[in-house]
Amino acid sequence: MEKSIDEINRRIRDGSARVVTADEMPDIVSELGEEGALHEVDVVTTGTFGAMCSSGAFLNFGHAEPPIKMERLWLNDVEAYGGIAAVDTYIGATNKSVTRMESYGGAHVIEDFISGKAIELRAQSSGSDCYPRRSITTEVRLEDLNQAIMVNPRNAYQRYDAAVNTSEDTLYTYMGTLLPHSGNVTFSGAGTLNPICNDPNLRLIGSGVPILLGGAQGMVIGEGTQHSSAGNFATLMTTADMNDMNTDFLRAAYMYRYGPTLYLGVGIPLPVLDIETVRRTAVRDEDIMVSIKDYGVPSRSRPVLGQVSYAELKSGTIELDNEEIKTSSLSSFRRAKMVANTLKRWIEDGQMTLCLPTRYLDPSKQAKPMRETRKVVLVQEIMQRKVVTIKEDQEITEAAKKLLRGETNHLPVLNEQGRLTGVVTTFDIAKAVARPERKIKVQDVMTRNVITTLADEPIDIAAQKMEHHRISALPVVDAQNQCIAILHASDLGKLFKPGGGRP
Amino acid sequence: MKLLVRLIHESKPIIAQVVKETGVLINVDRARSDAHEGEEALVDVPDESCILVSDRMRSLGAEVRILEEGIRHDEEECVDCGACISICPKRVFSFDNDWKLHVETKRCILCGRCIISCPHAALSLSY
Repeated sequence: MEKSIDEINRRIRDGSARVVTADEMPDIVSELGEEGALHEVDVVTTGTFGAMCSSGAFLNFGHAEPPIKMERLWLNDVEAYGGIAAVDTYIGATNKSVTRMESYGGAHVIEDFISGKAIELRAQSSGSDCYPRRSITTEVRLEDLNQAIMVNPRNAYQRYDAAVNTSEDTLYTYMGTLLPHSGNVTFSGAGTLNPICNDPNLRLIGSGVPILLGGAQGMVIGEGTQHSSAGNFATLMTTADMNDMNTDFLRAAYMYRYGPTLYLGVGIPLPVLDIETVRRTAVRDEDIMVSIKDYGVPSRSRPVLGQVSYAELKSGTIELDNEEIKTSSLSSFRRAKMVANTLKRWIEDGQMTLCLPTRYLDPSKQAKPMRETRKVVLVQEIMQRKVVTIKEDQEITEAAKKLLRGETNHLPVLNEQGRLTGVVTTFDIAKAVARPERKIKVQDVMTRNVITTLADEPIDIAAQKMEHHRISALPVVDAQNQCIAILHASDLGKLFKPGGGRP
Repeated sequence: MKLLVRLIHESKPIIAQVVKETGVLINVDRARSDAHEGEEALVDVPDESCILVSDRMRSLGAEVRILEEGIRHDEEECVDCGACISICPKRVFSFDNDWKLHVETKRCILCGRCIISCPHAALSLSY
């Protein structure tokens, strides 16, 4: 048996369509069998609610008098794109405010617009004969705009790898707070309710298909950026009118030390046309697997520490290397369910009918990494090879002399075997002098937990280490932990001088 | 009841002295020593001994604040994501059967870790 989309829409219009949410489907199929479920169910609604950083909106403010072509503009001091004509702009969710706390960004501007708040618009122009005005400052509300159309380049990831951190430091990432020594695991995604997980071959989800976006009725534009359906990481480009959105399904957020992002509800109703649809929408959390990636390694190719299902992730703990680790979701399953339920109600009430894609998405596409034509600058290119060191058992007066002579603030400390065991700074010496009780040897005052770098480490990673730990130098060690050089924060300046590593 | 006790630098062992004098068992949830702000301890005492302990600590020179509640949870801002669940050392947060965030404030030791980890600024300290 097969059903046509017209037949399903006819049932929606006369109020007789049977609509279920995707998490109900597995049990229905178990109970009725595939043929029975196909006969019984007309539409399966899906939903997800989580951080979707690659989101934003096109806005049109209408013309000012005298008119201005806005070349640079700010909304509540968050810069929006000024490279499109006159009074159009695109505000991106992750842009940070230049004056407010860094926890306010484009996502907050979007939420404030939707909540009906007034937003300060500030714009500059170089002026022209047709647009003579050079600057403008005004307050606008959503109702004052001609258009406020959300267009999100990358939404509704099919699934997302879970995150863990094996390093010794707490990391603050777009995957939330990651505790050291694999102290927790974070993940994102609605699993069984996720739209694309219920249509992995993209037979039903494609251009023109109706969706719920931020509480509004919108549609899929086409494939999202970084769409990588071959690896089960399909994404969607989506759109809807901001005027129809509400804060139940759209919330600005701030990931500590990462920046602003937008939490969005996205849901897609799937017409149950055939057995294949029934089979796919019967997917359970147990069937959807993701990798656990180690964010302790600051590289594009983060090590994969294991595979885990959404069922395990949602259970609250997973097992990794025979240890139980607590899990945290960053997306909200409760709100994902609200998305699916809202879609269900719309369809039951005849407020939304379905259609098949006007263009299909490529189900076999693979995303590529960036082509890089200039080599990455490594620590060895700017580190100082002449490094003054001191032995653990030397006296601090000796360390003080070396610090003065070496005109440095950091002395790497070596043990008998010449391996790095600590660092002594001028601050450590000053502390020792201020409290002269019994601390006389270098090993009594040195900092033992030394943050180091490697000669072949990219300079940006070394710089991030210094910033993260608020320190100004890193001993450079080899594989045997011998100190071969030192990198000072001031060495980074070489990169910007003529003949340095960067133009 | 939780008490936030601020001790002046180089001071006497006030907590030990109060335990000895009053016989009240005081549980130190967390303690912090800071070069600028002095020493601060969050302690847990039985409700009925709260006044006795705080008065005695004050008379010994400590600043004492009685904390009526643990972490404050703003249900309007919260979207029930659960980012706070795995980073809490005391299992204050959990999901109920409807995936709604449940907050067991009594277990909270006010470490503040969840405050920065909440993407929606829904968690705050009340003191």
